Amino acid sequence: MEEGNAKVGLTRTAAAPVTVRHPDEGSWITSRLDFLVNWGRANSMWPMPFGTACCAIEFMATAAARFDLARFGMERLAYSARQADVLICAGRVPFKLAPVIRQIWQQMPQPKWCISMGACASSGGMFDNYAVVQGIDTIIPVDVYVPGCPPRPEALMYGIMMLHRKVMNERMSDERLRDEMEPDPTSRLYIPAPIIDELSEPFGNSVHQRRSAP
Amino acid sequence: MSIGRMVVGSALPADAPAPATPRDIPHTGGPENPSAAAVRERFPDAVQRVEVIWGETTVYIDPPRVREVLEWLNGDESQRYDYLSDVTCVEYRDFGRPLQVVWHLRSFPYRRFLRVKVELAKDAELQVESVTDLWEGANWLEREAYDMFGVTFRGHPDPRRILMWETYNEGFPLRKDFPLRGRFSRSEQLRQALTAHPGASYLLEELSPASIYRDLPADMRERYIAQSSED
Repeated sequence: MEEGNAKVGLTRTAAAPVTVRHPDEGSWITSRLDFLVNWGRANSMWPMPFGTACCAIEFMATAAARFDLARFGMERLAYSARQADVLICAGRVPFKLAPVIRQIWQQMPQPKWCISMGACASSGGMFDNYAVVQGIDTIIPVDVYVPGCPPRPEALMYGIMMLHRKVMNERMSDERLRDEMEPDPTSRLYIPAPIIDELSEPFGNSVHQRRSAP
Repeated sequence: MSIGRMVVGSALPADAPAPATPRDIPHTGGPENPSAAAVRERFPDAVQRVEVIWGETTVYIDPPRVREVLEWLNGDESQRYDYLSDVTCVEYRDFGRPLQVVWHLRSFPYRRFLRVKVELAKDAELQVESVTDLWEGANWLEREAYDMFGVTFRGHPDPRRILMWETYNEGFPLRKDFPLRGRFSRSEQLRQALTAHPGASYLLEELSPASIYRDLPADMRERYIAQSSED
């Protein structure tokens, strides 16, 4: 793994050698197949709603008749992690829920994406206290952050459409697309979380706030 | 026809005046809940003082005797405080002031509200008697008071944390000496939270209907039997 890569200090679960090609590289058939597969995936995502607070109310409004998530092929809410494509975390996540949301994410089959909806899920929001996780990206990877407190349904739909664009740009020639990575403490490039806390600038809404992945 | 007769289980006479919203309540003073005088009469050496603030009566009790007083308020025919609306604690920022444990009692038959408090010195052990056998609802309230303030309730059937997870070891979050963001760094908090096993916090009996079988109503028991025979 070369230096300067965004994924330094992480282990790949697959041991295959890495060859990254330009996204546009590939035969005409592969790129057309990519388009077809991505078009299918983007327009039939089954969301796994992880609603813990007021953002979940806005999510329900988005799913209901006026804003109508069915237009995006998302009307089928997968309350089973095994059948879900996109985890929508709506609301604050207390530390007590941290192992739960991580377990749900691990149970979701690939391909999977994650939307962090609202200020609390993205950064802890106003709950800069002993009980609340300061951003779910310290537990699981996040694809799209939707700002707002809570975001209006339009904002969530904009986030969903951003995710659609991201999905449409995926290429099956990218061999590292579906790798699930875990921090590797034996790597020389790995920086332990307390050191990141020491080195990094304060984050979020408080000068005392630190963030780091475990 | 007065409302008193309509309310099932009311202990008020049939000609009692209908309840009215009180107005112009003074900050301190004003009419005292008659139960306060009754407690003083029944337990003259246990009552420390009585306060009336915003029309609500607070009785301060000697800590070792609070259980006795609550038992009497719950069971005596002339009091019948049959509903415990809250058990909680109060800590003041002045360090020398004692920590208070508060019981909010309501008597539906007599339409009364009474607040009972004890003051516990912080340098001694923070411990009072549990009242779970008088009001079953006290179970979770006392667990919460323990979780947040560290007051232990002697005789509680299940003295575990309730809001924080069981392996939480930063202390008691609502105490004044507890920092708002907790004692550990964010990464350490996250590490500890992620290593907590959520399934381990619950006993199997808590998740299974078999163990609460004898507490179920008759029709639910029949359904449960029918269901399990189908399986």
